[in-house]
Parts: sequence; structure tokens; C-alpha cells
Amino acid sequence: MKYWVKKELKPPHGKVYIIKDRCKGCGFCIEFCPQGVLQESEEFNAKGYHPPKLVETDDKKCIGCGFCSLICPEFAIHIEKEEEEKDEKAD
Amino acid sequence: MEIEAKSHPLDRYLRADRIPHIWCPGCGLGTVLNCFLHALEETDIDLKNLAVVSGIGCTGRVAGYINVDSYHTTHGRAVPFATGLKLANPKLKVVVFSGDGDLFAIGGNHFIHAARRNIDMTVICVNNYNYGMTGGQLGPTTPLEARATTAPYGNIEHPFNLCHVAAASGAVYVARWTSLHVRRLKESMKEALNKKGFSFVEIIAPCPTAFGRRNKEPTGLETLKYYKEHSVIKHGIDPAEADIEMGGDIVVGKFVDIEKPTFDEAVHELIKKARK
Repeated sequence: MKYWVKKELKPPHGKVYIIKDRCKGCGFCIEFCPQGVLQESEEFNAKGYHPPKLVETDDKKCIGCGFCSLICPEFAIHIEKEEEEKDEKAD
Repeated sequence: MEIEAKSHPLDRYLRADRIPHIWCPGCGLGTVLNCFLHALEETDIDLKNLAVVSGIGCTGRVAGYINVDSYHTTHGRAVPFATGLKLANPKLKVVVFSGDGDLFAIGGNHFIHAARRNIDMTVICVNNYNYGMTGGQLGPTTPLEARATTAPYGNIEHPFNLCHVAAASGAVYVARWTSLHVRRLKESMKEALNKKGFSFVEIIAPCPTAFGRRNKEPTGLETLKYYKEHSVIKHGIDPAEADIEMGGDIVVGKFVDIEKPTFDEAVHELIKKARK
């Protein structure tokens, strides 16, 4: 059964970077994130819109697909993929 | 927690002093520009050999935001300007970035003849169904029965099917996507940039301020949800069957991908021949 239990296969993670003052509150990233990572925040930015924030409960939900960074019309959000820590014991 | 950032990795492609852009919240143009910059980043095009030409309109402002050699031409004249650029400097990669009104109403004949001659350029046309910048008048792409400022009881003019026009005029690469299909759009733009000949990509994009709010889609988000439910991907079909109707399905996909000798190659061969 050791072939079926591969510890090194973990879902990837991404770090979400948001430039809050660029956001115009269109809501594309919140609506179309495949993992539902983002939600509208209650704070206002300089333009008076509500920029997105992470759904606080789960920090590791983002898989770093980068859909939000592609669909954002304002260049206000981007993703950095987190490097996987390699398990030295595997193999 | 999300991390607050000060800059974006694509900022090096933008004229930073001009950002934020003037496009309305919910507009699809920012998304299309974003996909284009991602496509540029992933292809190995030398930015010194790239020129972006735009006409007039909301889409025409792309030339002012992108940090490469760019030119904002008079209304409808983006394609002839780009033709001149390409013929004078064959090494240049020329991209025309413009809207439906500029490319197909005011510049309609230029577009048809550039496609007929198969001039090596990429035309990216953002179709938002109306003249957004001047207040939402009906244009040559407004679907039947849609409402516009100059068609308050619904449009009675038959619209252009842009992909069909491009394919019938002789374009070698024709694709249509909506501004929701960002990944496919990015891949399509990469293919179009690498294609030799006249390549055409149409993007259906929301215009909430001028078109959407007269047609029961007052926000860009609602229009994108409509695209999500109503777009059908059909690669390789005859673009004549891909008409756009109000409330109907939007057929998207890559319709034409053929090979043909280009005009600038033929011109330079002819010059060689004549000098012998």
C-alpha cells in the first residue's frame, strides 16, 4: 500500500497580494475565485470602494491558480506561489 | 492574512504615471489588457520590436497605458497606420488594439482590406456592443432588440458578426472569447502574436455604464455571470453560425487557423525580383 500513500503530494498554496487603493470594487475576483478565498471587506480604500480580503477562517485555502490576477481589471491583485518544503525523508 | 502590496509584477509593462486607468468599475477592458500583458510576458517577444496601435474610443486608450512603442491614431485609422509601420519595418511586431466601433464602423474598409492582403499583424478587437465613450449609441455590433441611447425602443439593424467578417475577408487566425475566459483568451493572444499573417481575436466585454444598464445588466459582474451561463465553446465551426443574439448563447472558440503567404513577404520578394 505504500504506493498509494504519497506524502509529498500536497495541494499547492499561494500568497495573495492586494494593492488596496487600486481596487474599484467590481467584485470579479470575489465571485469567480474557484476556491472562494476572497470576500468583500468592510473598510474603505482611498477611492471609497471596498477592496477584497481573505476569508479569515482558512489561511491555506488559496491554491495559487492566479485566476484573480488574470481577471482583475485594475492590476490590484496578484499571487505568489509558495515553494513547497521538500520532505527529505521521501525517496 | 492577505499581504498589502505596493506594486504589481506587470507594472513594468505599464506607464505607471497613468495608472489608475479611466475605465469604469466592471468594465471588461482592464481584464483584456491584463490578459494581453500576461500573454506578452509568456511569449519571448522583444519589447523593442513591438508596436501597439489604437484608434479612438475607450479601447483606444490602451496605447496610452502600455509601456511599449505605441500610437493613438485618428478614428478608424489604426489598421492603415499599422500597415505602414509593418511595411516600413518588417522586423516589427504590430498589434492593433481597438474597439468594435473604431475597427468595423469608422475603419471598416481598412480592416477588410488589411485582412484581404494578409498583412502580418495582430488585431485585438474588444466588442462591447455600443459606442461606450460617447454615451452608448448603437453601433454596427449592437444585437437586434438591444436598447441603446439612439435605439430606445430596441435596435432594428442587423449587426455584424465580426468573426465572420474577418474570416470571409481572409484572416488566417480568427478567435472569439468573452472577458470571462481569461485563461483561454491569454492562450489565444499568444497564438495570435506568434501567428504569421493577419490574426484576429474578438473579445466580448461588458460595458455596464453605457450598454448594460439599458439592457438589464447594470453591473459588470452580472454580465460576466451571463457569460458563464450562456457561452458555448465550439472550436473550428464556420463563423457564419456564430451570430450573437440578445439573450441567446454566445458561441466562442478558435474558428480559423490556416496558413497563407503574407503581403510584406510578397512585397519584398517582388522588390528582389524587379531589381534583378
